[in-house]
Amino acid sequence: MINFILICSLLFLTFSILAISYRLVVGPSAPDRIQALDALGVNLIAGVAIFSVFLRSVAFFEIILLIGILSFIGTIALAKFIERGVVIEHKRSE
Amino acid sequence: MKVPNDIIIRSVTKVAVVIILTFAINLFISGHHHPGGGFIGGLAFSSALILLFLAFDIETVRKNIPVDFKVVAALGVLISVLTGIGGMIFNMPFLTQDFDYFELPIFGKTELATAVLFDIGVALAVIGTSLTIILSIGDDR
Repeated sequence: MINFILICSLLFLTFSILAISYRLVVGPSAPDRIQALDALGVNLIAGVAIFSVFLRSVAFFEIILLIGILSFIGTIALAKFIERGVVIEHKRSE
Repeated sequence: MKVPNDIIIRSVTKVAVVIILTFAINLFISGHHHPGGGFIGGLAFSSALILLFLAFDIETVRKNIPVDFKVVAALGVLISVLTGIGGMIFNMPFLTQDFDYFELPIFGKTELATAVLFDIGVALAVIGTSLTIILSIGDDR
């Protein structure tokens, strides 16, 4: 029973990732694509967590932390590029 | 006129950098028997430094971490090659690694391996290379 529920949730996560990748490719503006990338990271984390429950294993927990860190940094870099125009400033602006 | 300020990202960064550095060292240490190792530990370490560069600016971070990252990359490759040559001294093939069990004061019976020295070299090479690339293409002038 629990395996059926886990497989169903993995299936719906796959649908969600497909919809997100549509928005990632088509998305009219750059903020849409950044939101789609962030949501893609969250969906990947959820998929890995459900898969590790499915396998009864703790070997994938470090991957969850790593995807979270990389998605966080990527979102911050792209958001800063949109707002400021530069990613890494040479001298503090204020 | 809207004046941009980034107080939230700086406050979050001061907490998150500590967590990411701890996780990087955990990945590096667990790399001998579990998933992890020098390469991914170095990548996590350099992602923490990239977060510092994003939240603050290059001059502030350079003043607090006065390290030339090209020298770090060269030093890492040098350490790795010297570890490989160390196996040749004992009439074994290049890059031969060894391990043994020692009685340490606090940790008790501990396995010490020479592969950790090789991993330190790999981690330093990865940190130096990735940060040199990021700072070369990310500078705004």
